[in-house]
Amino acid sequence: MLLNTITNTLVTLSDPWWKVFYDFSSLTKGIDEGLRSSLSPFWAVTVEMVIIGILFLLFYAVIGLFLVYAERKVCAFIQNRLGPNRIGPYGIFQTVADLIKLLFKELIPIKNADSFLFNLAPYIVIIVNFMVLAAIPFAKGLHAIDFNIGIFYVIAVSSMSVIGVLLAGWSSNSKYSLIGAMRSGAQIVSYELSIGLAIITVVILAGSLQLSEIVEAQRTGWFIFKGHVPAFIAFVIYIISGTAETNRGPFDMAEAESELTAGYHTEYSGIKFAFFYLAEYINMFIVASIASTLFLGGWMPFHVGNWEAFNRVMDIIPPFFWYIGKTFFVIYLIMLFKWTFPRLRIDQLLTLEWKYLLPINLVNVLIMAFLVLMGWHF
Amino acid sequence: MEEIIKEVVIGEQEEYVINMGPQHPSTHGVLRLVVSLKGEIVKNVEPHIGYIHRGIEKMCESITYTQIIHLTDRMDYLSAMMNNEAVCLAVEKALEVEIPDRIKIIRTIMSELSRIQSHQLFWASFGMDLGGQTCFFYGLRDREKVLDIFEETTGGRMIVSYNCPGGLMYDIHPNFRKRVKEFIKYFRGVLWEYDAILTGNVIFRERSIGIGTLSLEDAISYGITGPSGRASGFSCDIRKHEPYSAYDRVQFNEVLYNEGDTYHRYLARIEEMRESMSIIDQLIDNIPEGPYFVKMKPVIKLPEGEYFQRVETARGELDVFIISDGNKNPYRVKFRSPNFVNLGVLNHITKDFKIADLIAIAGSLDFVIPDIDR
Repeated sequence: MLLNTITNTLVTLSDPWWKVFYDFSSLTKGIDEGLRSSLSPFWAVTVEMVIIGILFLLFYAVIGLFLVYAERKVCAFIQNRLGPNRIGPYGIFQTVADLIKLLFKELIPIKNADSFLFNLAPYIVIIVNFMVLAAIPFAKGLHAIDFNIGIFYVIAVSSMSVIGVLLAGWSSNSKYSLIGAMRSGAQIVSYELSIGLAIITVVILAGSLQLSEIVEAQRTGWFIFKGHVPAFIAFVIYIISGTAETNRGPFDMAEAESELTAGYHTEYSGIKFAFFYLAEYINMFIVASIASTLFLGGWMPFHVGNWEAFNRVMDIIPPFFWYIGKTFFVIYLIMLFKWTFPRLRIDQLLTLEWKYLLPINLVNVLIMAFLVLMGWHF
Repeated sequence: MEEIIKEVVIGEQEEYVINMGPQHPSTHGVLRLVVSLKGEIVKNVEPHIGYIHRGIEKMCESITYTQIIHLTDRMDYLSAMMNNEAVCLAVEKALEVEIPDRIKIIRTIMSELSRIQSHQLFWASFGMDLGGQTCFFYGLRDREKVLDIFEETTGGRMIVSYNCPGGLMYDIHPNFRKRVKEFIKYFRGVLWEYDAILTGNVIFRERSIGIGTLSLEDAISYGITGPSGRASGFSCDIRKHEPYSAYDRVQFNEVLYNEGDTYHRYLARIEEMRESMSIIDQLIDNIPEGPYFVKMKPVIKLPEGEYFQRVETARGELDVFIISDGNKNPYRVKFRSPNFVNLGVLNHITKDFKIADLIAIAGSLDFVIPDIDR
């Protein structure tokens, strides 16, 4: 069976092996056909799911650890420090060491906590992350599920993470945790609106909810350039509300170290804390990758009108690297916010959303609809 | 019917009480604030103190005047130089010792350097209280340079014990003038960064302007001194009103504002750093040659009586009151520490603000907890 799969895969890869980096669909198709030829459809799908699951688990761990390291280096850079530099070259294994430490730490049982919900909360946050990752197009053909309502699914699923946060705050039976969770609830529910409307602006421009089609529509130019000013406004609003959505500074009301010690995860220890911590970074990654997919062309290379030679050079860089590069650029922006701004107060945060972002956003959607209707976009 | 009304009233009065501290990142030490909340709104703040009470005043009664100096370092550890000075001045006043200019000027320079480093730490931790963690590292980066100057001359960085009755423990290091000048030049160059990171920031201004306003009347009746009092327009600078050491021979402005909110308490400290630098500028080239101490008796005995000295520390007015019965130990020593008095106003000005504002207001009053408890 295995042999069958491998030969099948290799046959479909008649081109040179490195071609696969430009189009993953031949590889995935090869694996799929190989499995289907030797197994019943049900088992073939099951095996595929397991493979994808394992790949996502690996990806999750690697990205999470890398982002924690990156954040520490970026913040050190801003704060005139060196950052982690002891374990491995440039301290790259620092986060791995931290994770191992957290794995071995005792999980302190909280006496008066609702233990079922208390243990459930970190898993909800993690599961939500995985569900969103499934819908993200990483490169051409590298896309776990390509829904026809992809972006709608992303909005719907990602807003579920607030349940994990609320459960964590409520079940800890701690006063700081409860305040943190309530703040987080108010914050995420409010900023969900802005995110949704900013995404709708792009959906109007793209004419589709399917993520692969949204990316494909940007072949002739990224939406941030194509959509005139409204697309840019939508991008800025998306970044602001995305930062708020992930509970990161300057909107880290839910954790607010100097006010609530650690907010909703005050009472968590060991690997359960690590789950929340990693989930925060993966959330940031998800927000950044949706931003790059919707506004910066996803895995599409940067092309300039009629500059044939320039465009061909850009095409040499594989789509996956385009995607990662854009995502990390957005992540860097989000990190810069955190390390340069002081924190907002909860009422100012809600004022910003309901009195400024939401009206601007609504008008912006109308303008975008008008632009598309008149065919004035590029 | 009556029962229902009762229940409703009780329901309304129900408050969510949280203990902020003794271990909390924003109480700057072991201060415990029992905060009654209504949702996010602070209804009552009750400070519980005494977690780091060491009985310094009582201990002073069993040690000599030279030894008391070392305890004063440990009250307000950020104003160690000024605390030393207060006791020294009181003792010298009692013994009627004439202090040479060299000592006076060095004491003044050290006090002002100390004030600068204290305000730098204030800036650093205030930024951190408001969630801007980068401030902390910028503030400490510059404070390090002052501490290096202290270390070179006094051997200590925070706990300096530099002044002693009759003069100074050691003469200044040969590099002292050069390094102070270098520092002033450097710090003038980077002070704009402080404004760029916090003072001009929109979020910061939103968070601090109009928050925790303290009126002039309240400032006087609560006895709020130091930059916190001067931000409310209370002219309380001891350096101006009762000059000691070399303050009568330098030109400087007393930083006064009328608004009295968190932002102006912050601004007063930033401006004071500028004033301190100008004081140091005026004195650093004018240190006369001469001895760095006046010969005193090996065992200092104050004549019977009561002695009082006020100094302006980085946080306000520190008063030392010594009752002597003619022995080598004082009969009673009382310190009027600025932080203890300033803490009293916390409940008054935080009422009906949010939790986040409580942190900002407490941060702007700039507490040093060991000075509250003593």
